[in-house]
Amino acid sequence: MLKMPSRDKALGMYSKMYTIRKYEERIYYLFLEGIMPGTIHQSHGEEASAVGMIYDLRKDDIMFSTHRPAGHDIAKGVSLRSMMCEMFGKAEGCCKGKGGAMHTGDFDFGAPPANAIVGGNIPIAAGAALAFKMQGKDNISMSFMGDGATNEGSFHETLNAASLWKLPVVFVCENNLYSATTSIKLTCPMKNPAADRGVAYGIPSEVVDGNDVLAVNEAATRAIARARAGEGPTILELKTYRRGGHSRNDACGYRPKDEEKLWLVDRDPVALFRKRILEENVITEDELKKIEDTVDKEIDKLVEYAEAAPFPELSEAERDVYCEGGIN
Amino acid sequence: MAQMSIADALKAAIAEEMRRDPAVYCIGEDEDIPGGMGGAFTVTKGIGEEFGYFPPIPGTKQVEGIGRAINTPISEILISGVCVGSAMMGMRPVADLQYCDFLFCMMDQLVNQAAKMRYMSGGKVKIPMVMRCPSGATNRGAQHAQSPESYFMHVPGLKVICPSTAYDAKGLMKTAIRDDNPVIVFEHKLLYGSKRKEAGALNSSGEVPEEDYAIPFGKAAIRREGKDITIVANLMMNYKAQEAAQILEKEGISCEIIDPRTLVPFDYETVIESVRKTGKLIIIHEDNYNCGWGAQVASYIAEHEIFLLNAPIVRLAALDTPVPFSPVLENYVIPSTEKIIDAARKLANM
Repeated sequence: MLKMPSRDKALGMYSKMYTIRKYEERIYYLFLEGIMPGTIHQSHGEEASAVGMIYDLRKDDIMFSTHRPAGHDIAKGVSLRSMMCEMFGKAEGCCKGKGGAMHTGDFDFGAPPANAIVGGNIPIAAGAALAFKMQGKDNISMSFMGDGATNEGSFHETLNAASLWKLPVVFVCENNLYSATTSIKLTCPMKNPAADRGVAYGIPSEVVDGNDVLAVNEAATRAIARARAGEGPTILELKTYRRGGHSRNDACGYRPKDEEKLWLVDRDPVALFRKRILEENVITEDELKKIEDTVDKEIDKLVEYAEAAPFPELSEAERDVYCEGGIN
Repeated sequence: MAQMSIADALKAAIAEEMRRDPAVYCIGEDEDIPGGMGGAFTVTKGIGEEFGYFPPIPGTKQVEGIGRAINTPISEILISGVCVGSAMMGMRPVADLQYCDFLFCMMDQLVNQAAKMRYMSGGKVKIPMVMRCPSGATNRGAQHAQSPESYFMHVPGLKVICPSTAYDAKGLMKTAIRDDNPVIVFEHKLLYGSKRKEAGALNSSGEVPEEDYAIPFGKAAIRREGKDITIVANLMMNYKAQEAAQILEKEGISCEIIDPRTLVPFDYETVIESVRKTGKLIIIHEDNYNCGWGAQVASYIAEHEIFLLNAPIVRLAALDTPVPFSPVLENYVIPSTEKIIDAARKLANM
């Protein structure tokens, strides 16, 4: 069993995981109530992956997320208020209401707009890593993808070059077993669609229990150190599971009930870590409840704030299409 | 002033910008391999000798840090994605596509990523990148022959330019590299003037100042003044229009020839001012007819200034077919000087 980190770090990680869970649950209810526009692709169930991978990144490291971005954004430090405003399409949203649920992110926190084209961020993450390398910086780049993205050309083209060029990038495959509704077993011959392909490109790869935040964080530490030291990319394949459907209307009729019980009950990442920190006396149950209570109240306030916040001016639609000027 | 080909003018612009700004770098397949071609059309040949190669090439000059002539695998999604990601983090990539037809291998990165990233970020991200795209029909068959400007004009967030003289090539390339937006540059294969001979190539060499200058986007150039018919044509078609105009002049038909130089942004004002004088408009491009950029220009003029016209707008474009290989068929499909002359004669009599 992996060693518990410092009290501060353990509680910091738990607090982020709990926040992601509650944020996503709240979004789900708002959606069911018909209050929230658009569609949703949710990240709850994958909290250990987001927090374990991102917790030790620096603010000036860059993280590229997917159509399921909330957990990654929260872990990277994007303001919850700006995210919730974005979900409602409000002017104060992190993308000024022009991104939406699949594109939340805030470049000021090293989280550019999340990418809703499967595999779309993979070469972009390599490009960011190349920039750091050319600039002589020790920042690193992290690319999140789902299992389905490993069948995209962008994955293979990028892995080849990232390995050859020893780019400071970490490729993180959150393998939640399904590409939308199709089992990855129906679309990929490899047991581990990301990690098993690393060997073809000379990239060290690990398969990790994606629902154990300490296991994820330990693997992340190795991969980040390797990238920062200029030794090149790593592939981490995190086995995990989403609590919700692929998107808003997906009732997951394709997932066996015993599989759901295994992942959602026995291997719930938030519950597992909670149990662990209590068992190891990192914190008392009462103190932990206080932390959770604070998060719950904060999320209540966020929703109130975002619902009441103003929509963008219509003129906003025509702004930010082009960047004015340049370096002329 | 030096006499330069378009290929050399582009190279001069890129090299000068690389000297001025360490963020500028070149990337592409066969971008600059010693003993190789320098892209497909010599533009980036020798760049690595000054700025270093990446990955490093044994026996060549080794530079401090990473060489700025980057030779990539044959991976267009990678090239375009790396441009987007590195541009986001402060670099200014100048990619060479070898053939503009390969743009279609990277459409997601250009259309969904480069063009939309700034907007989706609420204005926080900027993507200063240049995609250099050799275009035009040159007896290479349908997959190395297109003139697909209009695909990219349709994408908000992209700029599209098409320099047709050596002077413009240097000045517009500098503006493209310094622009904070993604810029798609169409360079016609028959206009490069590179040493490698192309059937049908024109000598486009011209005077190019050695000093630094930049040409703003959105300013068309009047290549020939005239009073009877306005002709708007880009790249190779502008030269064919000029050839036609010389013959038409002898028949008493005076053509004013406009080279838009940049398609996004497009200088409609210069076209309108010319049509105000001539009342007649011919638009010519090498892209095929259906939804080619001429359709946009024609509809704009009709929508805003139809009363300036005293005859229907004439559009000349490639036929709506893939570009065939056989030189006889290719010449038939692409607008010719003769077709331009015929169209102008008919229009002059209306």
